[in-house]
Amino acid sequence: MPQGGRVQRILILGGGVGGTLTANLLARKLRTRIDRGDVVVTVVDATGEHVYQPGFMYIAMGGEREQGLRRAERGLLDRRVELVVGEIVRIDDSAHAVELADGTRLIYDYVVIAVGSRITPETIPHFAEEAHHFYTPEAARRLRRALDAFTGGRLVIGIAGMPYKCPPAPLEVAFLIDSELRARHLRDRTDMHFCSPIGRAFTIESVSEMATPVFQEKGIEVHTFFNVEEIDPERKVVRSLEGEELPYDLLILVPPHKGAQVLIDSGLATGSGWLPTDRETLQVKTAPDAPDGTQSPRRPHMYALGDATDLPLSKAGSTAHFEAPVVAERIAAQVRGVEPEAKAGHYTGKVMCFFEIGGGKATLLQFDYNHPPHPPKPNRVWHLGKIAFNKTYWHTVPRGRV
Amino acid sequence: MTETTTVSRTIDARGSFCPGPLMELIRAIREGQVGDVIAVWSADSGSKTDIPRWVEKAGHRLVGVFERVGYDEIVVEKLR
Repeated sequence: MPQGGRVQRILILGGGVGGTLTANLLARKLRTRIDRGDVVVTVVDATGEHVYQPGFMYIAMGGEREQGLRRAERGLLDRRVELVVGEIVRIDDSAHAVELADGTRLIYDYVVIAVGSRITPETIPHFAEEAHHFYTPEAARRLRRALDAFTGGRLVIGIAGMPYKCPPAPLEVAFLIDSELRARHLRDRTDMHFCSPIGRAFTIESVSEMATPVFQEKGIEVHTFFNVEEIDPERKVVRSLEGEELPYDLLILVPPHKGAQVLIDSGLATGSGWLPTDRETLQVKTAPDAPDGTQSPRRPHMYALGDATDLPLSKAGSTAHFEAPVVAERIAAQVRGVEPEAKAGHYTGKVMCFFEIGGGKATLLQFDYNHPPHPPKPNRVWHLGKIAFNKTYWHTVPRGRV
Repeated sequence: MTETTTVSRTIDARGSFCPGPLMELIRAIREGQVGDVIAVWSADSGSKTDIPRWVEKAGHRLVGVFERVGYDEIVVEKLR
Protein backbone atom coordinates (compact mmCIF):
# COMPACT_ATOMS: atom_id res chain seq x y z
CA MET A 1 0.00 0.00 0.00
CA PRO A 2 1.44 3.38 -0.93
CA GLN A 3 2.40 5.47 2.10
CA GLY A 4 4.49 8.49 2.91
CA GLY A 5 2.37 11.37 1.78
CA ARG A 6 1.93 10.31 -1.84
CA VAL A 7 -1.54 10.87 -3.26
CA GLN A 8 -3.55 7.64 -3.44
CA ARG A 9 -5.57 7.34 -6.62
CA ILE A 10 -8.78 5.33 -6.79
CA LEU A 11 -10.04 4.79 -10.31
CA ILE A 12 -13.58 3.58 -10.92
CA LEU A 13 -14.22 2.32 -14.42
CA GLY A 14 -17.85 2.77 -15.39
CA GLY A 15 -20.54 5.22 -14.31
CA GLY A 16 -23.44 2.82 -13.93
CA VAL A 17 -25.16 1.83 -10.69
CA GLY A 18 -22.12 0.06 -9.22
CA GLY A 19 -19.48 2.59 -10.23
CA THR A 20 -21.47 5.67 -9.23
CA LEU A 21 -22.50 4.27 -5.85
CA THR A 22 -18.97 3.04 -5.05
CA ALA A 23 -17.56 6.49 -5.88
CA ASN A 24 -20.13 8.29 -3.72
CA LEU A 25 -19.63 5.92 -0.78
CA LEU A 26 -15.84 6.35 -1.02
CA ALA A 27 -16.26 10.15 -1.14
CA ARG A 28 -18.23 9.90 2.10
CA LYS A 29 -15.84 7.50 3.84
CA LEU A 30 -12.66 9.30 2.76
CA ARG A 31 -14.01 12.87 2.83
CA THR A 32 -11.26 14.31 5.00
CA ARG A 33 -8.45 12.67 3.06
CA ILE A 34 -9.95 13.81 -0.25
CA ASP A 35 -10.33 17.38 1.06
CA ARG A 36 -6.69 17.30 2.21
CA GLY A 37 -5.60 16.16 -1.24
CA ASP A 38 -4.28 12.79 -0.01
CA VAL A 39 -6.81 10.76 -1.98
CA VAL A 40 -8.33 11.27 -5.43
CA VAL A 41 -11.44 9.34 -6.48
CA THR A 42 -12.10 9.38 -10.23
CA VAL A 43 -14.91 7.83 -12.26
CA VAL A 44 -14.14 7.09 -15.91
CA ASP A 45 -17.21 6.73 -18.10
CA ALA A 46 -17.54 6.34 -21.86
CA THR A 47 -20.43 8.79 -22.26
CA GLY A 48 -20.69 10.85 -19.09
CA GLU A 49 -24.34 9.91 -19.03
CA HIS A 50 -25.91 7.64 -16.42
CA VAL A 51 -28.54 5.39 -17.92
CA TYR A 52 -31.25 3.60 -15.94
CA GLN A 53 -31.34 0.42 -17.99
CA PRO A 54 -34.21 -1.33 -16.16
CA GLY A 55 -36.45 1.38 -17.60
CA PHE A 56 -35.88 0.24 -21.20
CA MET A 57 -38.41 -2.55 -20.77
CA TYR A 58 -41.03 0.07 -19.88
CA ILE A 59 -40.38 1.99 -23.13
CA ALA A 60 -41.83 -1.10 -24.80
CA MET A 61 -44.35 -1.98 -22.09
CA GLY A 62 -45.42 1.04 -20.12
CA GLY A 63 -45.14 4.30 -21.99
CA GLU A 64 -41.78 5.22 -20.45
CA ARG A 65 -39.80 7.84 -22.38
CA GLU A 66 -36.09 7.59 -23.01
CA GLN A 67 -35.36 11.12 -21.75
CA GLY A 68 -36.52 10.09 -18.30
CA LEU A 69 -33.94 7.30 -18.20
CA ARG A 70 -30.81 9.38 -18.78
CA ARG A 71 -29.09 11.93 -16.58
CA ALA A 72 -25.69 13.57 -16.54
CA GLU A 73 -23.33 11.44 -14.46
CA ARG A 74 -21.73 14.59 -13.04
CA GLY A 75 -24.96 15.53 -11.30
CA LEU A 76 -25.18 12.15 -9.56
CA LEU A 77 -21.62 12.19 -8.25
CA ASP A 78 -20.46 13.72 -5.00
CA ARG A 79 -18.60 16.96 -5.74
CA ARG A 80 -15.46 15.33 -4.28
CA VAL A 81 -15.43 12.74 -7.09
CA GLU A 82 -13.73 13.59 -10.37
CA LEU A 83 -15.26 12.51 -13.66
CA VAL A 84 -13.32 11.71 -16.81
CA VAL A 85 -15.33 11.05 -19.97
CA GLY A 86 -13.57 8.71 -22.35
CA GLU A 87 -13.51 5.23 -23.78
CA ILE A 88 -11.25 2.79 -21.94
CA VAL A 89 -9.13 0.81 -24.40
CA ARG A 90 -6.72 -0.99 -22.07
CA ILE A 91 -6.17 -1.78 -18.42
CA ASP A 92 -2.46 -2.41 -17.83
CA ASP A 93 -2.42 -3.81 -14.33
CA SER A 94 1.33 -4.40 -14.28
CA ALA A 95 1.78 -0.64 -14.68
CA HIS A 96 -1.34 0.25 -12.62
CA ALA A 97 -2.55 2.28 -15.58
CA VAL A 98 -5.67 2.69 -17.70
CA GLU A 99 -5.45 3.96 -21.26
CA LEU A 100 -8.25 5.86 -22.96
CA ALA A 101 -9.02 6.05 -26.70
CA ASP A 102 -7.80 9.68 -26.86
CA GLY A 103 -4.38 8.63 -25.52
CA THR A 104 -4.96 9.74 -21.92
CA ARG A 105 -3.20 7.52 -19.40
CA LEU A 106 -4.60 7.35 -15.87
CA ILE A 107 -2.58 5.85 -13.01
CA TYR A 108 -4.21 4.06 -10.09
CA ASP A 109 -3.43 2.59 -6.70
CA TYR A 110 -6.86 0.96 -6.57
CA VAL A 111 -9.17 0.19 -9.46
CA VAL A 112 -12.84 -0.80 -9.50
CA ILE A 113 -14.08 -2.47 -12.66
CA ALA A 114 -17.75 -1.62 -13.13
CA VAL A 115 -17.95 -1.65 -16.91
CA GLY A 116 -21.10 -3.77 -17.16
CA SER A 117 -21.91 -6.21 -19.93
CA ARG A 118 -22.86 -5.84 -23.58
CA ILE A 119 -25.36 -7.46 -25.89
CA THR A 120 -24.15 -9.37 -28.93
CA PRO A 121 -27.22 -9.96 -31.16
CA GLU A 122 -24.86 -10.10 -34.17
CA THR A 123 -23.72 -13.56 -33.05
CA ILE A 124 -27.07 -14.98 -34.26
CA PRO A 125 -27.64 -14.52 -38.02
CA HIS A 126 -30.85 -12.59 -38.89
CA PHE A 127 -31.36 -11.53 -35.27
CA ALA A 128 -31.29 -7.83 -36.20
CA GLU A 129 -33.96 -8.06 -38.91
CA GLU A 130 -36.21 -10.67 -37.39
CA ALA A 131 -36.05 -10.52 -33.60
CA HIS A 132 -37.19 -7.76 -31.29
CA HIS A 133 -35.71 -7.03 -27.88
CA PHE A 134 -35.77 -4.34 -25.19
CA TYR A 135 -32.11 -4.00 -24.22
CA THR A 136 -31.60 -0.61 -25.88
CA PRO A 137 -34.04 2.32 -26.09
CA GLU A 138 -34.10 2.00 -29.90
CA ALA A 139 -34.93 -1.71 -29.76
CA ALA A 140 -37.59 -1.10 -27.12
CA ARG A 141 -39.24 1.60 -29.28
CA ARG A 142 -39.15 -0.73 -32.28
CA LEU A 143 -40.77 -3.46 -30.18
CA ARG A 144 -43.45 -0.97 -29.06
CA ARG A 145 -44.24 -0.17 -32.70
CA ALA A 146 -44.40 -3.89 -33.55
CA LEU A 147 -46.78 -4.50 -30.66
CA ASP A 148 -48.96 -1.57 -31.74
CA ALA A 149 -49.15 -3.09 -35.23
CA PHE A 150 -49.78 -6.62 -33.93
CA THR A 151 -53.27 -7.92 -34.58
CA GLY A 152 -52.84 -11.51 -33.42
CA GLY A 153 -50.87 -14.54 -34.55
CA ARG A 154 -47.96 -16.52 -33.16
CA LEU A 155 -45.92 -14.64 -30.59
CA VAL A 156 -42.65 -16.24 -29.47
CA ILE A 157 -40.68 -14.84 -26.52
CA GLY A 158 -37.37 -16.42 -25.59
CA ILE A 159 -33.87 -16.21 -24.19
CA ALA A 160 -31.10 -16.55 -26.78
CA GLY A 161 -28.16 -16.82 -24.36
CA MET A 162 -27.23 -17.07 -20.70
CA PRO A 163 -26.27 -15.18 -18.63
CA TYR A 164 -28.21 -12.04 -19.52
CA LYS A 165 -29.20 -8.79 -17.83
CA CYS A 166 -32.20 -8.74 -15.52
CA PRO A 167 -33.21 -12.42 -15.40
CA PRO A 168 -36.93 -11.81 -14.71
CA ALA A 169 -37.28 -9.41 -17.68
CA PRO A 170 -38.30 -11.88 -20.43
CA LEU A 171 -40.87 -13.49 -18.13
CA GLU A 172 -42.18 -10.07 -17.12
CA VAL A 173 -42.44 -9.09 -20.78
CA ALA A 174 -44.41 -12.26 -21.55
CA PHE A 175 -46.81 -11.58 -18.66
CA LEU A 176 -47.20 -7.87 -19.44
CA ILE A 177 -47.83 -8.53 -23.15
CA ASP A 178 -50.43 -11.13 -22.18
CA SER A 179 -52.22 -8.48 -20.06
CA GLU A 180 -51.97 -5.91 -22.84
CA LEU A 181 -53.34 -8.28 -25.49
CA ARG A 182 -56.27 -9.16 -23.20
CA ALA A 183 -57.04 -5.46 -22.76
CA ARG A 184 -56.89 -4.99 -26.55
CA HIS A 185 -59.13 -8.04 -27.10
CA LEU A 186 -56.39 -9.72 -29.13
CA ARG A 187 -55.40 -12.47 -26.73
CA ASP A 188 -57.83 -15.04 -28.15
CA ARG A 189 -56.30 -14.44 -31.56
CA THR A 190 -52.75 -14.90 -30.22
CA ASP A 191 -50.82 -18.07 -29.62
CA MET A 192 -48.10 -17.29 -27.03
CA HIS A 193 -44.91 -19.30 -26.56
CA PHE A 194 -42.02 -18.85 -24.12
CA CYS A 195 -38.64 -20.56 -24.65
CA SER A 196 -36.00 -21.14 -22.00
CA PRO A 197 -32.51 -22.56 -22.66
CA ILE A 198 -32.59 -24.63 -19.47
CA GLY A 199 -34.91 -27.28 -18.08
CA ARG A 200 -37.33 -24.81 -16.46
CA ALA A 201 -38.75 -21.34 -17.02
CA PHE A 202 -36.30 -19.55 -14.68
CA THR A 203 -32.79 -20.31 -13.43
CA ILE A 204 -33.67 -20.26 -9.72
CA GLU A 205 -35.85 -23.25 -8.90
CA SER A 206 -38.12 -21.55 -6.33
CA VAL A 207 -38.87 -18.68 -8.73
CA SER A 208 -39.53 -21.14 -11.54
CA GLU A 209 -42.04 -22.90 -9.27
CA MET A 210 -43.80 -19.58 -8.71
CA ALA A 211 -43.74 -18.58 -12.41
CA THR A 212 -44.68 -21.89 -14.04
CA PRO A 213 -48.33 -21.85 -12.85
CA VAL A 214 -48.57 -18.20 -13.96
CA PHE A 215 -47.59 -19.26 -17.50
CA GLN A 216 -50.24 -22.02 -17.31
CA GLU A 217 -52.98 -19.67 -16.05
CA LYS A 218 -52.22 -17.21 -18.83
CA GLY A 219 -52.15 -19.93 -21.47
CA ILE A 220 -48.53 -19.31 -22.48
CA GLU A 221 -46.84 -22.50 -23.63
CA VAL A 222 -43.36 -22.96 -22.11
CA HIS A 223 -40.66 -24.71 -24.17
CA THR A 224 -37.72 -25.76 -22.01
CA PHE A 225 -34.24 -26.70 -23.26
CA PHE A 226 -34.73 -24.40 -26.23
CA ASN A 227 -31.30 -23.00 -27.15
CA VAL A 228 -31.77 -20.66 -30.09
CA GLU A 229 -29.59 -21.86 -32.95
CA GLU A 230 -31.00 -20.25 -36.06
CA ILE A 231 -33.63 -17.83 -37.27
CA ASP A 232 -35.07 -18.60 -40.70
CA PRO A 233 -36.43 -15.32 -42.08
CA GLU A 234 -37.96 -16.99 -45.16
CA ARG A 235 -40.10 -19.46 -43.24
CA LYS A 236 -40.41 -17.26 -40.13
CA VAL A 237 -39.30 -19.98 -37.77
CA VAL A 238 -36.83 -19.99 -34.93
CA ARG A 239 -34.93 -23.25 -34.58
CA SER A 240 -33.27 -24.65 -31.46
CA LEU A 241 -30.03 -26.60 -31.04
CA GLU A 242 -32.24 -29.36 -29.67
CA GLY A 243 -34.06 -29.64 -33.00
CA GLU A 244 -37.35 -27.91 -32.15
CA GLU A 245 -38.87 -25.35 -34.53
CA LEU A 246 -41.26 -22.58 -33.58
CA PRO A 247 -43.00 -20.50 -36.22
CA TYR A 248 -43.57 -16.86 -35.32
CA ASP A 249 -45.36 -13.76 -36.50
CA LEU A 250 -43.68 -11.68 -33.79
CA LEU A 251 -40.38 -12.81 -32.27
CA ILE A 252 -38.93 -11.31 -29.07
CA LEU A 253 -35.55 -12.66 -27.92
CA VAL A 254 -33.18 -11.66 -25.16
CA PRO A 255 -29.93 -11.24 -27.13
CA PRO A 256 -26.76 -13.09 -26.09
CA HIS A 257 -24.52 -11.11 -23.70
CA LYS A 258 -20.75 -10.90 -23.20
CA GLY A 259 -18.40 -9.09 -20.85
CA ALA A 260 -16.67 -5.89 -21.97
CA GLN A 261 -14.18 -6.33 -24.81
CA VAL A 262 -11.59 -4.21 -22.96
CA LEU A 263 -11.37 -6.90 -20.26
CA ILE A 264 -10.59 -9.58 -22.88
CA ASP A 265 -8.15 -7.27 -24.72
CA SER A 266 -6.38 -6.49 -21.42
CA GLY A 267 -5.96 -10.18 -20.57
CA LEU A 268 -8.05 -9.91 -17.40
CA ALA A 269 -10.93 -12.09 -18.63
CA THR A 270 -11.09 -14.91 -21.13
CA GLY A 271 -13.86 -16.53 -23.15
CA SER A 272 -17.07 -14.59 -22.80
CA GLY A 273 -15.39 -11.74 -20.98
CA TRP A 274 -16.61 -12.22 -17.40
CA LEU A 275 -14.00 -11.32 -14.77
CA PRO A 276 -12.97 -14.08 -12.37
CA THR A 277 -14.03 -12.51 -9.06
CA ASP A 278 -13.83 -13.57 -5.42
CA ARG A 279 -17.41 -14.12 -4.32
CA GLU A 280 -16.92 -12.47 -0.89
CA THR A 281 -14.16 -9.87 -1.22
CA LEU A 282 -15.02 -8.98 -4.85
CA GLN A 283 -11.31 -8.83 -5.63
CA VAL A 284 -10.43 -9.81 -9.18
CA LYS A 285 -8.61 -13.15 -9.40
CA THR A 286 -5.55 -13.60 -11.58
CA ALA A 287 -7.32 -16.69 -13.00
CA PRO A 288 -10.33 -18.83 -12.10
CA ASP A 289 -9.66 -21.03 -9.03
CA ALA A 290 -8.10 -24.43 -9.73
CA PRO A 291 -10.38 -27.48 -10.14
CA ASP A 292 -9.15 -28.99 -6.85
CA GLY A 293 -10.39 -25.91 -5.02
CA THR A 294 -6.98 -24.27 -4.69
CA GLN A 295 -7.53 -20.53 -4.86
CA SER A 296 -5.74 -18.52 -7.49
CA PRO A 297 -4.13 -15.29 -6.26
CA ARG A 298 -6.43 -12.28 -5.80
CA ARG A 299 -5.33 -8.88 -7.06
CA PRO A 300 -5.35 -6.95 -3.77
CA HIS A 301 -5.98 -3.56 -5.37
CA MET A 302 -8.47 -4.55 -8.12
CA TYR A 303 -12.19 -5.05 -7.53
CA ALA A 304 -15.09 -5.92 -9.80
CA LEU A 305 -18.82 -5.56 -9.34
CA GLY A 306 -22.09 -5.66 -11.23
CA ASP A 307 -22.44 -7.36 -14.59
CA ALA A 308 -18.65 -7.51 -15.15
CA THR A 309 -18.06 -10.42 -12.74
CA ASP A 310 -18.31 -14.17 -13.28
CA LEU A 311 -20.30 -14.61 -10.04
CA PRO A 312 -23.31 -16.96 -10.25
CA LEU A 313 -25.76 -14.12 -9.55
CA SER A 314 -28.26 -12.02 -11.46
CA LYS A 315 -26.73 -9.55 -13.85
CA ALA A 316 -28.80 -6.69 -12.47
CA GLY A 317 -28.40 -3.24 -11.01
CA SER A 318 -29.53 -4.66 -7.68
CA THR A 319 -26.47 -6.92 -7.51
CA ALA A 320 -24.16 -3.93 -8.08
CA HIS A 321 -26.17 -1.91 -5.55
CA PHE A 322 -25.43 -4.44 -2.79
CA GLU A 323 -21.83 -5.07 -3.89
CA ALA A 324 -20.77 -1.40 -3.95
CA PRO A 325 -20.74 -0.91 -0.14
CA VAL A 326 -18.43 -3.95 0.20
CA VAL A 327 -15.96 -2.58 -2.35
CA ALA A 328 -16.09 0.90 -0.77
CA GLU A 329 -15.54 -0.53 2.72
CA ARG A 330 -12.53 -2.59 1.59
CA ILE A 331 -10.82 0.17 -0.39
CA ALA A 332 -11.42 2.77 2.36
CA ALA A 333 -9.87 0.37 4.88
CA GLN A 334 -6.86 -0.27 2.61
CA VAL A 335 -6.35 3.48 2.16
CA ARG A 336 -6.45 3.94 5.94
CA GLY A 337 -4.14 0.96 6.46
CA VAL A 338 -6.63 -0.97 8.59
CA GLU A 339 -8.56 -4.23 8.18
CA PRO A 340 -12.03 -3.89 6.64
CA GLU A 341 -14.92 -4.36 9.01
CA ALA A 342 -15.72 -8.09 8.89
CA LYS A 343 -19.41 -7.89 8.02
CA ALA A 344 -19.38 -4.77 5.83
CA GLY A 345 -16.29 -6.00 3.97
CA HIS A 346 -17.75 -9.31 2.81
CA TYR A 347 -20.43 -9.73 0.17
CA THR A 348 -23.07 -12.33 0.98
CA GLY A 349 -24.54 -12.52 -2.52
CA LYS A 350 -27.51 -10.31 -1.62
CA VAL A 351 -29.81 -9.41 -4.52
CA MET A 352 -33.32 -7.99 -4.39
CA CYS A 353 -35.61 -7.26 -7.29
CA PHE A 354 -39.22 -6.82 -8.25
CA PHE A 355 -40.90 -9.24 -10.64
CA GLU A 356 -43.96 -8.13 -12.65
CA ILE A 357 -46.50 -10.84 -13.36
CA GLY A 358 -49.01 -8.70 -15.28
CA GLY A 359 -52.50 -7.53 -14.39
CA GLY A 360 -51.02 -4.80 -12.18
CA LYS A 361 -49.41 -7.30 -9.82
CA ALA A 362 -45.80 -8.10 -8.93
CA THR A 363 -43.76 -10.02 -6.41
CA LEU A 364 -40.35 -9.55 -4.80
CA LEU A 365 -37.25 -11.72 -5.17
CA GLN A 366 -34.79 -11.45 -2.31
CA PHE A 367 -31.90 -13.89 -1.96
CA ASP A 368 -28.22 -14.43 -1.27
CA TYR A 369 -25.61 -17.16 -1.81
CA ASN A 370 -27.13 -19.36 0.88
CA HIS A 371 -30.82 -18.46 0.82
CA PRO A 372 -32.88 -18.93 -2.34
CA PRO A 373 -35.79 -16.53 -2.84
CA HIS A 374 -39.27 -17.32 -1.52
CA PRO A 375 -41.36 -14.89 -3.54
CA PRO A 376 -44.52 -13.70 -1.71
CA LYS A 377 -47.89 -14.10 -3.42
CA PRO A 378 -47.99 -11.48 -6.20
CA ASN A 379 -50.01 -8.40 -5.34
CA ARG A 380 -50.56 -4.78 -6.31
CA VAL A 381 -48.26 -3.38 -3.61
CA TRP A 382 -45.09 -4.86 -5.12
CA HIS A 383 -46.12 -3.60 -8.57
CA LEU A 384 -46.55 -0.08 -7.18
CA GLY A 385 -43.28 -0.57 -5.30
CA LYS A 386 -41.49 -1.26 -8.56
CA ILE A 387 -42.98 1.80 -10.25
CA ALA A 388 -42.06 3.99 -7.25
CA PHE A 389 -38.53 2.55 -7.14
CA ASN A 390 -38.03 3.30 -10.84
CA LYS A 391 -39.29 6.88 -10.44
CA THR A 392 -37.25 7.69 -7.32
CA TYR A 393 -34.08 5.84 -8.42
CA TRP A 394 -32.18 9.05 -9.24
CA HIS A 395 -32.50 10.36 -5.70
CA THR A 396 -31.84 7.10 -3.86
CA VAL A 397 -29.57 4.36 -5.22
CA PRO A 398 -26.65 6.19 -6.90
CA ARG A 399 -26.41 8.54 -3.90
CA GLY A 400 -26.32 5.74 -1.36
CA ARG A 401 -29.60 6.66 0.31
CA VAL A 402 -31.09 3.16 0.25
CA MET B 1 -11.82 -41.29 -17.56
CA THR B 2 -14.87 -43.44 -18.02
CA GLU B 3 -15.12 -47.19 -18.07
CA THR B 4 -15.47 -47.92 -21.79
CA THR B 5 -15.41 -44.72 -23.79
CA THR B 6 -12.55 -42.46 -24.75
CA VAL B 7 -13.38 -38.92 -23.76
CA SER B 8 -12.46 -36.37 -26.41
CA ARG B 9 -12.99 -33.32 -24.23
CA THR B 10 -13.40 -32.71 -20.50
CA ILE B 11 -15.17 -29.63 -19.15
CA ASP B 12 -14.38 -28.83 -15.57
CA ALA B 13 -17.43 -26.91 -14.36
CA ARG B 14 -16.94 -27.65 -10.68
CA GLY B 15 -16.75 -24.00 -9.67
CA SER B 16 -19.94 -23.20 -11.53
CA PHE B 17 -23.53 -23.44 -10.36
CA CYS B 18 -26.68 -24.42 -12.19
CA PRO B 19 -27.21 -23.72 -15.09
CA GLY B 20 -23.48 -23.07 -15.64
CA PRO B 21 -22.41 -26.71 -16.20
CA LEU B 22 -25.27 -27.31 -18.68
CA MET B 23 -24.43 -24.08 -20.54
CA GLU B 24 -20.76 -25.15 -20.71
CA LEU B 25 -21.78 -28.54 -22.15
CA ILE B 26 -24.04 -26.87 -24.71
CA ARG B 27 -21.13 -24.66 -25.79
CA ALA B 28 -18.90 -27.76 -26.20
CA ILE B 29 -21.58 -29.61 -28.16
CA ARG B 30 -21.94 -26.61 -30.49
CA GLU B 31 -18.19 -26.49 -31.06
CA GLY B 32 -17.69 -30.27 -31.33
CA GLN B 33 -17.99 -32.88 -34.11
CA VAL B 34 -20.46 -35.77 -34.32
CA GLY B 35 -18.94 -38.68 -32.42
CA ASP B 36 -17.13 -36.49 -29.86
CA VAL B 37 -17.44 -37.70 -26.29
CA ILE B 38 -17.62 -34.89 -23.79
CA ALA B 39 -17.21 -35.26 -20.05
CA VAL B 40 -18.61 -32.59 -17.73
CA TRP B 41 -17.42 -32.39 -14.14
CA SER B 42 -19.97 -30.72 -11.92
CA ALA B 43 -20.21 -30.28 -8.18
CA ASP B 44 -23.75 -28.90 -8.49
CA SER B 45 -26.24 -31.62 -7.56
CA GLY B 46 -28.77 -30.28 -10.10
CA SER B 47 -26.50 -31.20 -13.01
CA LYS B 48 -26.97 -34.98 -12.75
CA THR B 49 -30.69 -34.56 -13.41
CA ASP B 50 -30.65 -31.47 -15.68
CA ILE B 51 -27.91 -32.65 -18.04
CA PRO B 52 -29.38 -36.13 -18.76
CA ARG B 53 -32.79 -34.49 -19.41
CA TRP B 54 -31.18 -32.08 -21.85
CA VAL B 55 -29.20 -34.85 -23.56
CA GLU B 56 -32.38 -36.83 -24.16
CA LYS B 57 -34.25 -33.84 -25.56
CA ALA B 58 -31.32 -32.78 -27.76
CA GLY B 59 -30.92 -36.29 -29.22
CA HIS B 60 -27.44 -37.11 -27.99
CA ARG B 61 -26.29 -40.18 -26.01
CA LEU B 62 -25.76 -40.24 -22.28
CA VAL B 63 -22.75 -42.49 -21.81
CA GLY B 64 -23.12 -42.32 -18.05
CA VAL B 65 -23.19 -40.39 -14.81
CA PHE B 66 -20.24 -41.33 -12.60
CA GLU B 67 -19.90 -40.33 -8.98
CA ARG B 68 -16.40 -39.07 -8.24
CA VAL B 69 -15.03 -37.73 -4.98
CA GLY B 70 -16.79 -34.41 -4.41
CA TYR B 71 -18.30 -34.13 -7.89
CA ASP B 72 -20.13 -35.99 -10.67
CA GLU B 73 -18.69 -36.81 -14.07
CA ILE B 74 -21.41 -36.79 -16.73
CA VAL B 75 -20.32 -38.19 -20.09
CA VAL B 76 -22.15 -37.39 -23.31
CA GLU B 77 -21.62 -38.46 -26.93
CA LYS B 78 -22.57 -35.98 -29.63
CA LEU B 79 -24.82 -37.84 -32.08
CA ARG B 80 -25.94 -35.15 -34.53
